[in-house]
Amino acid sequence: MLEDLKKISDLSSIENKKIFYQAFFKKENILQIFNELKDNELFSFDQLIDITAIDYPSREKRFEMIYIFLSMKKNKRIILKTSINENESIDSIIQIFKASDWYERECYDLFGIKFNNHPDLRRIMTDYNFEGHPLRKDFPLTGHNEVRYDDVEKKVVYESVKLAQEYRDFDYTSPWEGMPEGINDHNK
Amino acid sequence: MKEIEVNTTTINFGPQHPAAHGVLRLVVELDGEVVERAEPHIGLLHRGTEKLIEYKTYLQAVPYFDRLDYVSPMCQEHAFALATENLLKIEVPQRAQYIRVIFAEITRLLNHLLNIPAYAADIGAVTPFLWCFEEREKLLQFHEAVSGARFHAAYFRPGGVHQDMPEGMEEKLNEHFQTLPKFIDDLEDLLTNNRILRQRSVDIGVISKQEAIDWGCTGPVLRSAGVAWDLRRSQPYDAYDKVDFEVPIGKKGDCFDRYLVRIEEMRQSISIIQQCLTQIKSGEISVIDNKITPPKRSEMKQSMESLIHHFKLFTEGYRVPEGQTYYAVEAPKGEFGVFLASDGSSKPYRCKIRAPGFAHLQTLDFLSKGHLMADIAAILGSLDIVFGEIDR
Repeated sequence: MLEDLKKISDLSSIENKKIFYQAFFKKENILQIFNELKDNELFSFDQLIDITAIDYPSREKRFEMIYIFLSMKKNKRIILKTSINENESIDSIIQIFKASDWYERECYDLFGIKFNNHPDLRRIMTDYNFEGHPLRKDFPLTGHNEVRYDDVEKKVVYESVKLAQEYRDFDYTSPWEGMPEGINDHNK
Repeated sequence: MKEIEVNTTTINFGPQHPAAHGVLRLVVELDGEVVERAEPHIGLLHRGTEKLIEYKTYLQAVPYFDRLDYVSPMCQEHAFALATENLLKIEVPQRAQYIRVIFAEITRLLNHLLNIPAYAADIGAVTPFLWCFEEREKLLQFHEAVSGARFHAAYFRPGGVHQDMPEGMEEKLNEHFQTLPKFIDDLEDLLTNNRILRQRSVDIGVISKQEAIDWGCTGPVLRSAGVAWDLRRSQPYDAYDKVDFEVPIGKKGDCFDRYLVRIEEMRQSISIIQQCLTQIKSGEISVIDNKITPPKRSEMKQSMESLIHHFKLFTEGYRVPEGQTYYAVEAPKGEFGVFLASDGSSKPYRCKIRAPGFAHLQTLDFLSKGHLMADIAAILGSLDIVFGEIDR
C-alpha cells in the first residue's frame, strides 16, 4: 500500500510506522485527498476514527491537525497531518465523513480552529458561555473561572480563580543522563 | 403565502434522568409522542483529562484512564500502556501479557454485566440488575486481589503490570469461571425470550452496515450491524493472538442485536480467560529495566542503586523518546484509542483520547428519529453510554 500512497502527488513524507501509515498534506487539498483515500479501492479508508490537533506555540504555523482513519477492508490505519496557523481556517470534511461533526466541534472548542462549511460549529465540551480554548498551551491549567453554590444568594455563582498557592511545576533537568559520560562507562 | 402550523413540543431529557446513564442533557423535539430531533448536549462531566495529563508524568497519567469510562477501567489503562510502550519501543514479558488479557476480559465481563441489566432496567426489568451486581461483586474481588482497588486499579502500567497475581489466584479464577457460564444461561432465561424485552428492542434503533461505518461506530454497535470487526482479532495486541475466540455479529443492527452480541461476547470472554489460564507460565511481570519500572521493594532496602531508581521514577518519571503514535484496543464499548505525542521529556506533550461512546452518542439523533419518546431510553441503553469517557 505504501507504493500506492506514494502515487498520490499531494501527500508528502509518507512513512510506514508498522501499526499505521503517516503522511502530510496541504490544507488546500484536504477534500480531494480524503475523497481519494475513501473511494479508491486500493485504500478504502472509509472510517474516520478521530480528528484532533496539537498546539506548538513556537512554530510559525501553530497547530498541527491530525486526522486518523481506518480501513477495515485492508486492515490498515493512516494518520494524516497538516499545519495551520491561528488565524487560518480549514475545510470541514463533513460532506465526506458524517462522523466528523462532533470531532470538528470538539477541535473548535478546545483549540479554536475554525472549520469552513461546518453546519453547526458550536462549543461542545466546555460550559455554556465559556471563554478561551483550554487545550492551547497558553491556557492555564487552573482555568480562569470557578463555580460554587452561594448559600446566601441561593444560586450557583461564577468567580475568577483564586489560588492560595502558585501552581508548582518542578523542572528536573536531565534525570538519568545527569552524570558525566565517563562515570557511567566506569560502572560498566 | 400559505401558513403551515408546526405543532412540536420541545422537552429537556436530563441532565438528571435515571435513563440518561449519567449527565446527558437531551433536547428532544416531539411531534405528539414521536421524536423529530434529539440533540445531545454533552460536556457536563468534562474534567479536562487531556489537559491534566499534559502536566503529569507518564506514570501519573495512568489513574486518569480508570476514571474515563469508570465501568471498564483496565481496558483503558491497556491502551495507554500499549501506546507508551510503543513509543519506548519495549515489549512486555509473556506473563504480563497474559495477566493483561485475563484482566482485560474480566473488565469486559464487568462492563457487560452492568450494561445488560441497566438496559433491561431502562425498559422495565428489575431482577437482572440485582443478579448481575452480585456477579460483578465477585469479579471485583479479583480486581481487588491484584491491585488493591475494586475500580480505580491503576494496574496496567507502561512496562507490564504493577504486581504479580497473589498465590492461588489462578485456581480461584479457574474455579470461578467454571460456574459463570451457568449464570449467563440463567440471565438469558430471564431476558432473551422475554416478551416485553423483545417488544421494546426488536426493530428499535436500526443501523445498517454502511451507516455504522460512516458514523464511526465500533465494538458491539458495529458488530450488531453485521460487520465482523474486532481489534483483538484483526490487530491483536499482547497475548490475543495466542487465544482462540469467536466474534459474534448481529443481523439487523437493532437494540436487540446489540444485546445479543454482548451476551455472546461474555461467553467468549470466559473462554479467553480459561485459555489464558492454561497457557500462562510463571515469569517476570514487567520489563526488567529499572529506568522504566521500579525496583522491588526488598531490593530497595539493600541497594543504593535501587533507591535512586525508585526516587527518580516517582519524582521525575522516565523520559519517552520524541515521536507520535496511535494505539487502539478493543474496549468493551468499542475502539478505545490513545494518540500520544512526546517531545522527549517525561510528560506527554499531547494525549488525545479516542472514546467509542463519543462516536456512538453522535448517532443518537439519527437512531431515534421517528421512534417514540420512550424508545430513546432503550436506544441510549443499548449504545452503552458512559459519560466519563465521552466528556473526558
